[in-house]
Amino acid sequence: MTEGVLRLDAHGTSTPAQGELARWGMLLFLVNEGMLFATLIASYFFLAVANASWPPAGVEKPPLTLPLIMTAALLSSSGMLVIGERGLRAGSRTRYRAGVSIAIALGVLFVGLQTKEYVDKLRVIGPTEHAYASTFYTITGLHGAHVVFGMLFLAWALVREAKGASPRSPALKNAALYWHFVDGVWLVILTSLYLSPRWA
Amino acid sequence: MSSAAEQVSRGDDALRERLTGLWETPNTWSAWLATVDHKKLGLRYIYTAFVFFFLGAVEAAVIRAQLARPENTLVTPEQYNQLMSMHGITMMFLFISPVLSGFSFYLTPLLIGARELAFPRLNAFSYFGFLLAGVFMYASFAIGQAPNAGWFNYTPLSEAAFNPGLNIDFYALGLVFLGISTTAGACNSIVTILKLRAPGMSIDRMPLFLWSSLTISACVIFAMPPLTVALGFLELERHWHFVFFEPVRGGSPMLWQHLFWVFGHPWVYIIFLPATGMLSMIVPTFSRRPMIGHELVALSTVITGLVGFGVWVHHMFATGMSQLSMSFFAAASMTISVPSAVTIFAWLATMWHGRVVLATPMLFALAFVVQFLIGGISGVMTAAVPFDWQVTDTYFVVAHLHYVLAGGSVFGLFAALYFWAPKMYGWMLDERIGKVSFWLMFVGFNVGFFPMHIAGLLGMPRRVYTYPASMGVTGANLISTIGVYVFGLGIVVTALNLLWSRTHGARATSNPWGGSSLEWLAESPPAPYNFAHLPSVSSRSPLWDGGYANGPAYDDGRLTTTTTPIDAAPRQPAELPDENMWSVFIAFTMLLAFSALLVRSYLWTGIGIAATLWSLARWLAPAPAKPVGVKG
Repeated sequence: MTEGVLRLDAHGTSTPAQGELARWGMLLFLVNEGMLFATLIASYFFLAVANASWPPAGVEKPPLTLPLIMTAALLSSSGMLVIGERGLRAGSRTRYRAGVSIAIALGVLFVGLQTKEYVDKLRVIGPTEHAYASTFYTITGLHGAHVVFGMLFLAWALVREAKGASPRSPALKNAALYWHFVDGVWLVILTSLYLSPRWA
Repeated sequence: MSSAAEQVSRGDDALRERLTGLWETPNTWSAWLATVDHKKLGLRYIYTAFVFFFLGAVEAAVIRAQLARPENTLVTPEQYNQLMSMHGITMMFLFISPVLSGFSFYLTPLLIGARELAFPRLNAFSYFGFLLAGVFMYASFAIGQAPNAGWFNYTPLSEAAFNPGLNIDFYALGLVFLGISTTAGACNSIVTILKLRAPGMSIDRMPLFLWSSLTISACVIFAMPPLTVALGFLELERHWHFVFFEPVRGGSPMLWQHLFWVFGHPWVYIIFLPATGMLSMIVPTFSRRPMIGHELVALSTVITGLVGFGVWVHHMFATGMSQLSMSFFAAASMTISVPSAVTIFAWLATMWHGRVVLATPMLFALAFVVQFLIGGISGVMTAAVPFDWQVTDTYFVVAHLHYVLAGGSVFGLFAALYFWAPKMYGWMLDERIGKVSFWLMFVGFNVGFFPMHIAGLLGMPRRVYTYPASMGVTGANLISTIGVYVFGLGIVVTALNLLWSRTHGARATSNPWGGSSLEWLAESPPAPYNFAHLPSVSSRSPLWDGGYANGPAYDDGRLTTTTTPIDAAPRQPAELPDENMWSVFIAFTMLLAFSALLVRSYLWTGIGIAATLWSLARWLAPAPAKPVGVKG
């Protein structure tokens, strides 16, 4: 054995050095994703400034009740995930599984509420009627897709953990990191698409 | 004494055998396909990019034949639109960028004394993503509907109402696909450069080529999303009648231009800075002294990358924006000339204080300096708003961009080709044939592209399939056509040189040019494991002042050293993965998804996406455990 190399993971993965590389890779991917959403939000405001009225005449500012419940769901899901991760570090696999499962369930709730919001909104304005609606549906829709992917990612981490992945496995950490990122992006979307029209 | 030496060499042979067993791509067709060897993949990138270069050159040849005389009818206006669009798209996206990436993926681990890139499987994916995205875009010719709205594809021309075929869909979906591959490659480069450098290669000792790679990789991470968003908007508008660019329903055609150029201008630096980085390796080698102003050149590279994000509006001076914002962007654009000048003066000073050896790579490097200077001057001219109004969308701009990208990047690339081919192949390219090729290219390039400045000043618009004889640009165009053909002939001579030298070239030693950086420590061509003993470094030019030492061999796994990002203090070695078919298969599932989206078969798009996610999960699934303590 080479001195100093730890290949402790019974599951065949990861020295800590590898975990660090994976972490770096994930962070760069998230910077890229962050830039994607930043560009989308910038496009939204660019078109808002280019139009005389935004949202267009006859369209209400987006109601807040549902989005605020959705926000609560995502934030508490991030909280649950943190509790689960702490549990894992403290050696409690049960707490990890519970935390991640609840986080996924709250994600499902978010997507359900977003579907309800879409159904309501589509009665008022469809995505092809005005640039306002196009950007609104595109941004929230892409974020919703990220939530769905995040849930798949967390579910995959659960499977990995159940199969015996080490608590230090980069797979588990990166799944959690991705989920926190998706939650953070939602706060920006909430501020830009739901709250900012009320300040104007 | 001699028996001790023999013992060492026997031990060395055994070590090399073990390392080869660990690092060599197994001799099966599936391993060959999915190889993660950065050297094999780097060469694959280079070869594939040169195939696209050939296609782009054929397009250029037809364009120049069409423009050789006024009111020519060799091609129809629609064919011309497709040819000039695909020429730009090919050279910008499928040739210069990937060929430079190929050099970067090949050289980076060697330059930093590592055995692999940080994410070897991701590299395999990047290559196949690039290949298939290129094939996807070129498939458009098969149905006669190649992209036809230029490489920057302005709306409303590219909207469904004015462009109902699949032309623009090939462009938009193909570039999103390619963007995924490019972004993956950029992440890979950054992590490799920051985490896998040899112990002691602190950031101030890092070779200048890596400063370029690092800068442009960061630019890719930030610049690619605006393009992806623009292309996504365009497809949503074309497929599903969403509104982003159409003003009647609240969109704005300016949004496309902003998004495109927020990407597009950094992209110009992304395909240009690697060439300056290569030059900063070549010039000191052939001046027989270390680079003067190493820190300033590194800083200039980073500044160019940063300021490159603040100049995009200079592509849009003619769109009627406020004077204030135009003045700001004009000033920022002129600022770029400062770091570029610093770099040029650093090269000149290095030559001035050195003993210049005029080998073929150095000739290409010198031509780069001259041509980049001319392109830089016309760049500063067009950064001035009133001048830009006169020449925008004329051949003056065509001349400018070709001086920077062909006269700059392509000449830098050929310098790199002659410089590093001995390392890659183990034989030297023939110097005499190389010089013939150089002079043909140099004379042909300048004869071909300089008259375009004049044609542009005389008012010849770009992207128009012909011109009337009364315009007074007939002579300039004929000279351009002749020059471009001579330029092309020069490139053919280098291709022949490669074929000739493969069998007739002199054998290359490990350091044929007397270079200073670590890649010259490896054998020519390098062994599958690059270095039997992973080196550590204690100077900026380790091979010149003996500032390196052999470190550990790490022969019981696919291991390479990791270090801290700034100081390169040694950390634990990392074990890197080997071939995995899923990292290749996933590129094909993506191709399926994009192709289905192209023909609007949403069922198959869904299947493609599901297959992609499935492949991703399989790719990342851990390999079966090796029992701890058993030697690999």
